Amino acid sequence: MDLLPYIAASYALGILIPGVFAVTAFLRVGAARRRLAAIDPRANRASAGTRTRLGGSQ
Amino acid sequence: MHRFANPGQFLRLSGALVPWLSAGALVLIAIGLIWGLFFSPADWQQGNAVRIMYIHVPAAWLASAGYAGLAICSVLSLIWRHPLADLAAVEIGPVGAGFTALCLATGSLWGKPMWGAWWVWDARLTSVLVLFFLYLGHIALVRAFDDPVRGYRAGAILALVGVVDLPIIKFSVDWWNTLHQPDTITLTGAPHMYIAMLWPLLFSTLGYTLAFAAIVLTRTRAAVMERRIRGLLMARASAQEPG
Repeated sequence: MDLLPYIAASYALGILIPGVFAVTAFLRVGAARRRLAAIDPRANRASAGTRTRLGGSQ
Repeated sequence: MHRFANPGQFLRLSGALVPWLSAGALVLIAIGLIWGLFFSPADWQQGNAVRIMYIHVPAAWLASAGYAGLAICSVLSLIWRHPLADLAAVEIGPVGAGFTALCLATGSLWGKPMWGAWWVWDARLTSVLVLFFLYLGHIALVRAFDDPVRGYRAGAILALVGVVDLPIIKFSVDWWNTLHQPDTITLTGAPHMYIAMLWPLLFSTLGYTLAFAAIVLTRTRAAVMERRIRGLLMARASAQEPG
């Protein structure tokens, strides 16, 4: 089946590209949550949904 | 709408939504791709190459829909100056560019066995390539200024100017004689596609759409938290400065 490399490459890219974006996004939000919790105790409440402001300097 | 654009509300709502979106995306993409790869029929003319459609069409749809989302955030940013719209626009850019690259790559992989060429300067392909460059331009422009707000404004203007490319992409196959086939699915008419191919395509399109939304929401959540961290660190640094 001479079409197999084209189909396999398409499916590999179709899983790889969104997969990389998803994994990096979840790693990034996890790192931000840990860092925020370390410097601001209120962040635990903020990530749980209570009030927070977008920037501390604003 | 402003109530939901409050960062605290956004974090709470998106935190509740993302797990459901992610789970739905995984299930629907798995069903769509396995169905499309192993159980849907081959095309009478294109043979098994038609199976690339189950990746290519969702990627093409999300390339355009993602840019429309970027334009909506830009309008919200320019009119209401809402920081959350700025952050969302910045986070949509790379994801949209990734899906546009996926669309172009799978289009090439489909085109080579069908047309005998990896690339042709066809109106549909060229207009999607322009969309990819618009995404790259937006990514570069919002990061090109020392003052982030100036970058957000410049990026928003570029995004709105680039919206003109979306109808060109959509109607390119009607306005010009193109090698790319005309639309087989429209919002107004019946699909010109065998139902056994249509169902897996709908599953994979919905799955990728949920994945796109989950990724953008997660990236925007991270951006909101990172901005809060920067603000706290700057406030601490200025409090520690003598005098």
